[in-house]
Formats: sequence, C-alpha cells, structure tokens
Amino acid sequence: MNKTTNIMIVGVGGQGTLLASKTLGKLLLSEGYDVKVSEVHGMSQRGGSVVTYVRFGEKVYSPIIDKGEADYIVSFEKLEAARWLEYLRPDGRIITNLHETDPMPVITGAMEYPQQLIEKMEALGAEIDAIDALALAEEAGSSKAVNLVLMGRLSKYFDISEDAWMKAIEACVPPKFLELNKKAFALGKK
Amino acid sequence: MKELMLGNAAVARGLYEAGCEVVSSYPGTPSTEITEECAKFDEIYCEWAPNEKVAVEVAFGASLAGKRSFAAMKHVGLNVAADPLFTLSYTGVTGGCVIAVADDPAMHSSQNEQDSRHYARASKIPMLEPSDSAEALQFTKLAMELSEKYDTPVLLKMCTRVAHSQSVVETSERVVPEAKTYEKNIQKYVMLPGNAKKRHPVVEQRTLDLIEYAETADINRVEMGDTSLGIITSSTSYQYAKEVFGDKASILKLGMAWPMPVQKIKDFAAKVDRLVVIEELDPFIEEHCRAIGLEVEGKNIFPMIGEFSQNMVAEKLGQTAAEGKKLDDEIPLRPPVMCPGCPHRGLFYTLKKNSCNVMGDIGCYTLGAVAPLNSMDATLCMGASISGLHGFNKALGEAGEKKSVAVIGDSTFMHSGMTGLANIAYNQSNSTVIILDNSITGMTGHQQNPTTGYNIKGEPTGKIDLEALCKAMGIGRVTVVDPYNLKECNKVLKEELAADEPSVIISRRPCVLLKSVKPQPPLRINPSKCSGCKSCMRIGCPSISFKNGVCVVDHTTCVGCGVCQQLCGHKAFEETV
Repeated sequence: MNKTTNIMIVGVGGQGTLLASKTLGKLLLSEGYDVKVSEVHGMSQRGGSVVTYVRFGEKVYSPIIDKGEADYIVSFEKLEAARWLEYLRPDGRIITNLHETDPMPVITGAMEYPQQLIEKMEALGAEIDAIDALALAEEAGSSKAVNLVLMGRLSKYFDISEDAWMKAIEACVPPKFLELNKKAFALGKK
Repeated sequence: MKELMLGNAAVARGLYEAGCEVVSSYPGTPSTEITEECAKFDEIYCEWAPNEKVAVEVAFGASLAGKRSFAAMKHVGLNVAADPLFTLSYTGVTGGCVIAVADDPAMHSSQNEQDSRHYARASKIPMLEPSDSAEALQFTKLAMELSEKYDTPVLLKMCTRVAHSQSVVETSERVVPEAKTYEKNIQKYVMLPGNAKKRHPVVEQRTLDLIEYAETADINRVEMGDTSLGIITSSTSYQYAKEVFGDKASILKLGMAWPMPVQKIKDFAAKVDRLVVIEELDPFIEEHCRAIGLEVEGKNIFPMIGEFSQNMVAEKLGQTAAEGKKLDDEIPLRPPVMCPGCPHRGLFYTLKKNSCNVMGDIGCYTLGAVAPLNSMDATLCMGASISGLHGFNKALGEAGEKKSVAVIGDSTFMHSGMTGLANIAYNQSNSTVIILDNSITGMTGHQQNPTTGYNIKGEPTGKIDLEALCKAMGIGRVTVVDPYNLKECNKVLKEELAADEPSVIISRRPCVLLKSVKPQPPLRINPSKCSGCKSCMRIGCPSISFKNGVCVVDHTTCVGCGVCQQLCGHKAFEETV
C-alpha cells in the first residue's frame, strides 16, 4: 500500500512555483518525513506550463506523481488546474488561483480560453478551493507573492504547526521580502 | 547532517567532499546546477568554459597536474567533448577525473533524446548511474576513487529526474587526498601512434578488471523479494519499479552502467522465473543480457521513447495503475514563449517581415520558430546556424544570400559559432550572420560567458569584444543594432542582405530577466483608441491579449519595452507613469 502523500504544484513558468516547492520540501523534511521534490528547469520555464511534484511519507521511491495519484493540486492559474486534473485522486483536492493567463493559442486567436472550468471540475467530483490569490498577493504588497498566498491556503489542510511553516518560509525567502511573504501566507490561510 | 538536496547539488557536494579542486563546464539543461553549486565552494576552482570540449580538456590538464578534476555537460555536450573523451580513455589520469553527463529523456529541454550510455561502451570508460540525490553524492565520491584506482576517467550519468529532483542526503566533511606531484611521462600522455598502440591493451585489460569489480561492487545491488518476477534496472527506472512492486519482485539494481557484471546477472537470472529489464531509452542492459546468453524481456514491453513512470511500469507488467478523470474541454497548450520584453522578439519580427530564411541555433531564441513569429527554418546543434547558412548560400547562390540569415546567441557563438564564421570569411559566401547578444547565456538560466566580462562567481574578468573579434576574423561589415528599435533593425537587415560580402549584425540588448535590467512601467491600452486590428499581436507577446474587441495589456507581466507601440497605427498604447 502506498502511504505517500502527493502534492502537485502547477502554473506558468515565471510564477514562482519553485519557491513554493522549496518551502514545502524544507517544511516536510523538518517534520521528519522522507521527501522527494521533482521539477523541470530550462526551456519550459519560459512562460510554458510548469509542474513540480512534492511527495512525502515514510519512504518515497518515485520522484514524480502519476495520473490519479495527487492528493492535492496547487494551481497558480486556473487553466493549469484543468490541464492537470487527470493527475488528481478521486478524493483529491484542488487549490487554485482564479487568475487567468492566456496561453499563446488563445492570444493568437487559434483557441478560446475554456469557460466554467471550476464548475466542470467540480462536476467530475473534484474538491475545489478557489481563491483570487493575485488580489491577496497584491494586498500583501506584491503580485509576486501569489506562491505564499497559495501555500497559506494549503496549510489549512495539514496538521503542521504555524511555527514550522514560518521556519520553512524564513529559510527560503530573502530577509527583505520576509514580512511581505508572511503577510501573503496569512492572507491565504484566512 | 540530513538535507534535502537537488541531484545536481548532491554531485557538487560529492565533488567537494572528494577533494575535487578544478571544475570546468559548459552549461546545459539538466546539468547546469552541478557547476553553479560547485562555484559556491571556495575550495574548488570553478569556471564556465566556452564549450564542453574545452571543459574536458581543462579537466584533463588539471588531472595531469595531479589534482582531482571534473567537467559537467548535457548529453549533446558530450558529443562536442567526444574527441578528448576517447583519447583520455587511453592516457588515463593522474588525479581523479570525473565527467558528468546528463541525459534528457522526454526532451524537456533538448533537441534529441540520445542515450549517453553508448559513449561509455564506445570510449571504454566506466560509467556510474545514480538513482537519487543520496546516490548522486555517494557515486560522485566513488567515481573519483575508481578513477585513480583504475587509472581512467569515469563518467557519471545523470538524467533529468535525478538531476532535477530533490531528495534526502547525508553530508560529511571534505577530505583532500594527498597531492600527487606532476611527473613527465611521454609514453603515457603523448598519444603518438607508437605510444597509443601500447596504451590500447592497457585499456582493454582495464575493462576486464572493471568487470571483475562490477561482479562484487555493492552499487550493483540485489534486492531479493518474490522470485516470480526478476527486474534488472537502473537510475529512475529502479525507483518506479520499487514504487510498483516493493518486495513483490526481485530486483538487480545496476549502479554501474558500464562495464556490466556477467556472473552477477546470470546468478540473479537463475533465481527468478521471469526476467525483465526496465530501462529508459535504448536497450543497453537488455542487449548485454542477450550477449551473455540470457532470455530476457525489455523493449518488447517498454518503449524506447520518452520517460517512464510508476503507472507505466505497473500497466506494462500487468498491475493496476491509478487513474484520474479528464475534462471534455480541449485545454489549449501552453508552450514556452519568449518572455515579455525579450530583446529577441523585435529582431524576429523584422526577419518575418522580410520573409527571411533563418538558420537557427540553440538557445531561448529557438522559440522564434513558434507561432506567431514562425521565423526559423532549421535548428540542428550548437553553432550550426552559421555553418549551415554558408552551405545553404553556396548551394543557392544569390537566391539564398539575398534573403537568408543565421541567428546565434552570444554564448553559442563563443561555443562553436566562431569556426563557422571563419569558414564564411575564408571560403567567402555573402552570408549575413546575426549575433543575438543578450549579454548572458539565457536558456540555461543566466550563466556568464566569455563576452559578458564576468566569471562564474560574478567577478569582473576578461571580456571578448564581439565587434573586434568578427573584424579580426575577416568580416568587413559589422553593425550593431538595438532590437527594440524596429525601424533601425529593418534598415540594417536590408542593407546587409543586399551587400556583396559577408556581414555580421550584432543585435544587442541585455536579457530582460537580468537583475541589472530595470523594467519600465507597464504600458496600457486606451480602449477608445484601439481599433481591434491586432497589429500588435503579430509579435506574439504573452502580455498582450484580445478581450471584447480590443487589446489588453497584462500589467503584472508587461515590462514596457515598447515594441508593440511601434506597430500600433492608432497610438493606443500609453505609458502608465
């Protein structure tokens, strides 16, 4: 039996998904778990669809998460949540930013941005927690803090102390942005 | 201490702990972070070389001098370094010499899917293959020991999922081995035919010795479980197999990709009912098993293309795999694109406007090939834009010369574009070469190079002057343009295509993602002025979209480069400050 917990962090290259996975990795290791975090660097980061896999448990083998395995999908952009939906477990949960970033086929007019994605994903049985993470990040002081807003929201679903989260954030965020990021985390959690 | 560490960082840590003193590499995804992490250790001399061949030769020189040395590259980089590699196998080493090569199955960031293990066999150099960060650290240290013990360079084979996954490692202290003094040894190190003939038998004997080592080495590990299924595997495929089967199958994990043991594999095969090899890309282990007379399954079940996963391993071997639900909607693809404000955009727009044939090269600017710019005709390998253009123009004459260009980045030009330009200057084609100088190695994540004036640690260093270099190579016409200035780009491009001699255009503007580049305030559209003509959308900027009949600028991503402004006949773009 696989007791590994699987979190996918998905978004658009440049949105700061790597900081989110770095923070989670530190946190889960400090909680005593075996952890694997897998990401792809390079070309796909240039505004493409990006995914990071975070897995933790007693012993983790594969560094990646496969279709039907994710307990949580944390999405920085709505369309990306829909793109990776197939990776969610039947009882899994999606935490998504409501922000829309048009991909190139939509920009060029070759395709439309699909409508009512949240409702359609819910109709397939996905538990969805959707927030306007960009607005909250801007409220915290920077549009770049979307990652910490989403981490704040994810923290609601884990039995891990606030103190441990703060330590992980402190270890991953440059000191001059620390207050801003802590504020973003708190706003996301609310 | 226990730490979560990227596979590439674990290799760097292994080099540090093994007392490595000289590191020279050329960046290439997924290998780049190894060298970047090495540069954080003051005890290691570390540099970006102009290309992988140079890097391996630097490592050779340092080894010859008696120090432990290292070079890292991506799989295609090893093609460039293949020349020194094959003869380094003959000379052997003085100080330990390890060469890391990172494969990219599924081509996340590469132009082909070659399997580097073939190089180990072809060059007769042992290759170790870690499957996670802990092994990356451990195998790097072992590689240094084996290098000195067996007098051979050692290849360390990474792949994307090992290089770019973080897992738990235990670190220890750095131990620098006793320094070896340099001694002149012409018979061993000068590969004249007479000397090389004496070295080749040494190489063959070394492989026999290494097979013996492989028979007992604990990195070739047997994990007996249920014996109805026996799996021979390595690298990440091992992790997928363990994930699916746990102890419901027996596993022989090969930590050494080359040379492989014989008796150990035969003994394992004898203990199991069904024998399957699970390996990504080519049937390398499988063919070895066949060669030693074993009946084995492998590529009859598993593909030679792309990456594997736990679900794939489960399905192919008759286990139930997890499944998820999919939306009926077609989800628009989100391919990588040039960033908002990317200096390459204006130049590619100009090439498209002039219907140029564009010989492309390797870098962010390869994205000039995708819609809506579609401004690239061919991309082969590092440097091929310039040499390819020369061949294209020699074949077509004026019909080629008057409308064809090569585009190549500053770093790629230093890597292997210069020799192509020498050919143009020497054999005289009226070729127009465009150097896209964004003052950094972009695609791999901002590494310095010989044209930037900074070394790997960001300290000021020697700087090659591209204009002076091109002139010194015999190119009479060298012009610098600003790619944000569309009129200037268009004028210069037309002039240089018309010229009856070779020319170089340097399109110069630093990468917009560099910390030293301060973004301008975002532009916004005045909806009352926008006619909805979509002229501005011809440049494929991800910050511009079309909503309710007018264009909209995403204020969170626009950096105010102003290229779109130059295309708008209605002055609809306005500054926000």
